[in-house]
Amino acid sequence: VTRIGVVLFPGSNCEQDAVEAVTGLGGDADLLWHGEESLGDADAVIVPGGFAHGDYLRPGAIARFSPIMGAVARFAADGGPVVGICNGFQVLTEAGLLPGALQKNAGLKFLCTTVGLRVETTTTVLTSEARAGQILQIPINHFEGSYTCSPETLRQLHEEDRVVLRYVDNPNGSIDDIAGVCNEGRNVVGLMPHPERACHPLLGSTDGQPLLRSLLAATSPRTLSR
Amino acid sequence: VATFSVLVEVKLRPGIADPQGSTIERSLPHLGFDGIAGVKVGKAIRFTCEAADEAACRAEVDDMAHRFLTNPVIEDYDLTVHEVGA
Repeated sequence: VTRIGVVLFPGSNCEQDAVEAVTGLGGDADLLWHGEESLGDADAVIVPGGFAHGDYLRPGAIARFSPIMGAVARFAADGGPVVGICNGFQVLTEAGLLPGALQKNAGLKFLCTTVGLRVETTTTVLTSEARAGQILQIPINHFEGSYTCSPETLRQLHEEDRVVLRYVDNPNGSIDDIAGVCNEGRNVVGLMPHPERACHPLLGSTDGQPLLRSLLAATSPRTLSR
Repeated sequence: VATFSVLVEVKLRPGIADPQGSTIERSLPHLGFDGIAGVKVGKAIRFTCEAADEAACRAEVDDMAHRFLTNPVIEDYDLTVHEVGA
């Protein structure tokens, strides 16, 4: 059984949703306190949504220095699957594990709604079980979710097919409708929408399932070598 | 060793949308403030810093600003440094 480590910062608030979604799909999940320096025996890591360290200074700016992030960075460098959702995406960009940054939504509104997402590539740890071009209905819940990056970074993302998900109808002004990106190794993915909140019919959508099933199926090299 | 008073003004880089600034700018005419343009919203971070001299203080704060106080992808900063009591 795949063990997902869900990082818990002071101020995280989506960690139980992530644990529920993962266990509902047949995986195991452990919470990893941000003060720990090891990921234990996690096969993959979710950095969940919320307001880590109160979003003080900037979302993710303080979280990046939590002791657990050193372990997450080493795990990612070894090819371990890491997914950052919402605030977790902001944390991964601040930590330099993903390119670009998230700025305040165009229109300066906190957005809490369900949006259509198009799967742009299936060769990542979050989309291997989805179909290219598939449209997923997934909730968003953010104020600083407008993705931005330098023109050089954007060109690189295009050339290397690293835009993982795009908004069908851009809600927040993100450059090039980008909702999620991955790193060069395609084992680190960040996205603003919340697949863990779309994994049960009672929640109005089960479209998050193929994404989290992909993460459960992604076997880290670390597991293979154990 | 001297003590320096430091002001780091964090601002959005050119081309980065400043929805707070534009919202404030659009609201001002409703209060009768006309002819206002170029409203930008940033952050001011103040502290004191002990260093051998002003150049050493600026080098330390530049490093701090690049690695922590700003996100260089979207933010820039201005630095004001003066010696306390000088």
